[in-house]
Amino acid sequence: MKVDEIINGKDLPAMDFDSIIIGGGGAGMRASLQLAESGLNIAVISKVFPTRSHTVSAQGGITCAIQSDDPDDDWRWHMFDTVKGSDYIGDQDAIEYMCNEGPKAVFELEHMGLPFSRTEDGRIYQRPFGGQSKDYGKGGQASRTCAAADRTGHSLLHTLYQANLKAGTNFLNEWFAIDLVVNSNEEITGIVAFEIESGEIFYIRSKATVLATGGAGRIYASTTNALINSGDGIGMALRAGLPVQDIEMWQFHPTGIYGVGTLVTEGCRGEGGYLINKDGERFMEQYAPITKDLASRDVVSRSMALEILEGRGCGPKGDHIELKMDHLEPGVVHQRLPGVTELCKAFAHVDPAVEPIPVVPTCHYMMGGVPTNINGQVITLKNGSDTVVSGLYAAGEVACVSVHGGNRLGGNSLLDLVVFGRATGKHIEESLKQGVDLKKSSEEDINRALKRLNNLNASKQGKQTASLKREMQENMQNNFGVFRREDLMEKGIKDLANTREEVENMYLEDKSTIFNTARVEALEMQNLFEVAEATAITANERRESRGAHARVDYPERDDNNWLKHSIYFSSTKSVLKRDVNFRPNMVKAFQPEERKY
Amino acid sequence: MSATIPLKELKPLILSVYRFDPNKDKKAYMQDIEIEVPDNKDLMVLDVLHLAKEKETSLSFRRSCAEGVCGSDGMNINGKNGLACTTPLSEAVKRNKLVLRPMPGLPVIRDLIVDMKQFFNQFEKVKPYLITKDDAPELERKQSPAEREKLDGLYECILCGCCSTACPSFWWNPDKFLGPAALLYSLRFIVDSRDQATEERLDDLDDAFSLYRCHGIMNCVSVCPKGLNPAEAISNIRKKLTNRNR
Repeated sequence: MKVDEIINGKDLPAMDFDSIIIGGGGAGMRASLQLAESGLNIAVISKVFPTRSHTVSAQGGITCAIQSDDPDDDWRWHMFDTVKGSDYIGDQDAIEYMCNEGPKAVFELEHMGLPFSRTEDGRIYQRPFGGQSKDYGKGGQASRTCAAADRTGHSLLHTLYQANLKAGTNFLNEWFAIDLVVNSNEEITGIVAFEIESGEIFYIRSKATVLATGGAGRIYASTTNALINSGDGIGMALRAGLPVQDIEMWQFHPTGIYGVGTLVTEGCRGEGGYLINKDGERFMEQYAPITKDLASRDVVSRSMALEILEGRGCGPKGDHIELKMDHLEPGVVHQRLPGVTELCKAFAHVDPAVEPIPVVPTCHYMMGGVPTNINGQVITLKNGSDTVVSGLYAAGEVACVSVHGGNRLGGNSLLDLVVFGRATGKHIEESLKQGVDLKKSSEEDINRALKRLNNLNASKQGKQTASLKREMQENMQNNFGVFRREDLMEKGIKDLANTREEVENMYLEDKSTIFNTARVEALEMQNLFEVAEATAITANERRESRGAHARVDYPERDDNNWLKHSIYFSSTKSVLKRDVNFRPNMVKAFQPEERKY
Repeated sequence: MSATIPLKELKPLILSVYRFDPNKDKKAYMQDIEIEVPDNKDLMVLDVLHLAKEKETSLSFRRSCAEGVCGSDGMNINGKNGLACTTPLSEAVKRNKLVLRPMPGLPVIRDLIVDMKQFFNQFEKVKPYLITKDDAPELERKQSPAEREKLDGLYECILCGCCSTACPSFWWNPDKFLGPAALLYSLRFIVDSRDQATEERLDDLDDAFSLYRCHGIMNCVSVCPKGLNPAEAISNIRKKLTNRNR
């Protein structure tokens, strides 16, 4: 059956798997590796060939207390930094699990062949990154980020693909998942998906469906994210009646290349680079006297935005900052940061060993996502209490487990995706061993998942992807950026509400079946829109400043009211609160303090 | 790349692009699309494709990272293979015309999208993963900086296919000759101090076609968007085979 027809659910051919993983990035392929090695019948469903996934763009490294740079390093110090970095709304059971399991997960990657950079004694090279400390913030800067030059994401993603090839993982490459199928018991029974090349569409049934679809940075006009980062898993979850958590928390990376958004790693500052304003002043010394340019990303991005707002930005328009590295040994720049050198030459026309790089805070990472427990099981709220959603898992950037809370530390995203991709795989393996059947679904259940495809196929007029996307991206950029305030956000929310109907009834001009990227982009646009609206409404509701969420009208953190996760359901457009976990198993919980860097 | 290009200082550019949709076209054709591009900014070829897609929504091409690390948008740009996202117009445009075709040598699925199956089949033949026989230690396997340095120039491959699809030997024998990308990848594991299957790997390459169909044409080197040198990698493998068989 082809993807251009008006389809009834009962006619859809079915494929059955023990488990399907939607997304072939780091989280998806770490989960699939676990499952392929267990001999289960699984498939990775990826809209791009797996090594094209956005994990490939991660540069600086994977943060983990492997005790290479410092034999006395301690995962508990990493945990402390991560909790503090999260502005205290990261779940401490999850952060504890990640920091403690991390070394095992990183050594496994090395055993698979990841080409880490090395120290003189042959161990994995670690570099300093923002927000890292020794001895619970009292022992100075730590060097905890394990690196493969500045191509750690590329190395990690290719290594995982290699390991999956070796394990015989079944890949459905260049397939697109339209929606989850939910039955009347609110269980996830599988997905509706099509092969992009042939246009053949299927109902793919699965005992355990994993969302590993990554982020959604393309809701903003300026982002470091790949063009494919369209929040597909978030759109699917929201349309399935499931919530998203802390979705207002978007990280703006301090160093996106001015004018294009391309990332240059925090490793540039880790290796000794620093930021200057138009007077050549190293302004981070004032905002973060101790850690300076290696304060956490939310702090650095806000400081940069303030410098620009107060008239000390660089360039003829005074609208950016400069990242200075020309004082470093050219060897350091070219050996430790070869990829950055390449990107700067291509996109900023500068050689960082010679001239400073023009940079601005740029949308980079979605701290929020589909709430899960540490096994990757998706959680929803029923009558205010946590309830596991049967048949559904999430891992990586799409998930909110939550280890990043209000602000992610550099190098923790790669760690998050391997640790929780692995944990998800392990949990599915265990639970399937105990005997799980495919769940039943009705014709209407499948039809609900086909609705937006059928709408597109029936469309005869309306707005198309490019203009809708541009409007949404400018709205988000202007009204939900580094600094936020109520009047602008309310205007943004209203504009989004006014376009919802246009997005749901958008026009697909090209209805062909073979490798029709226009259809894929239209479906992606609808997913982006769900993320944008969830972000907008939740950001306006959180009336405080915490982590990456900085409100001009509520400049203080409000622990009395908002030491909480936000939970958003799109059906009611309502924002609820969920308790943050302060119950780690092995250490005493870290209590909220004022964050100083 | 950015969603908003200032409307002033635009100049017209002719994009001449290969079109083929098996749903409706009996054969492929070149379509000329006039695109307004900013005069004051050196766009990348991928930006032009995005502008073209706004006019011709059926135009299909692959793209993902838009910064030259994912390998999606390899194509033939004014006669030379490269990545659309990192090739600036200033390098690509000749007489105000940009000519884009799919990478040669592989079957075209649609427009600029080629079927990469043969390319990936050859890649998989070199066992592109670390093979070890000893049990893994508790910590990492040690590797000295000098040993690690041997992987530089090899591990950075992004599997875009620009090299293999520029290689006449690969065009003639895409099922038997492994092609520059797969061979580069093969050497990446042969020289990895942690890998314990060097002999097997060399055995697998020791026939008339897999490796030896390389005739040193060097197209692979001139097109690699990452500045890698597959020809040198191939010659290194040859040396290892010669030394071993001596």
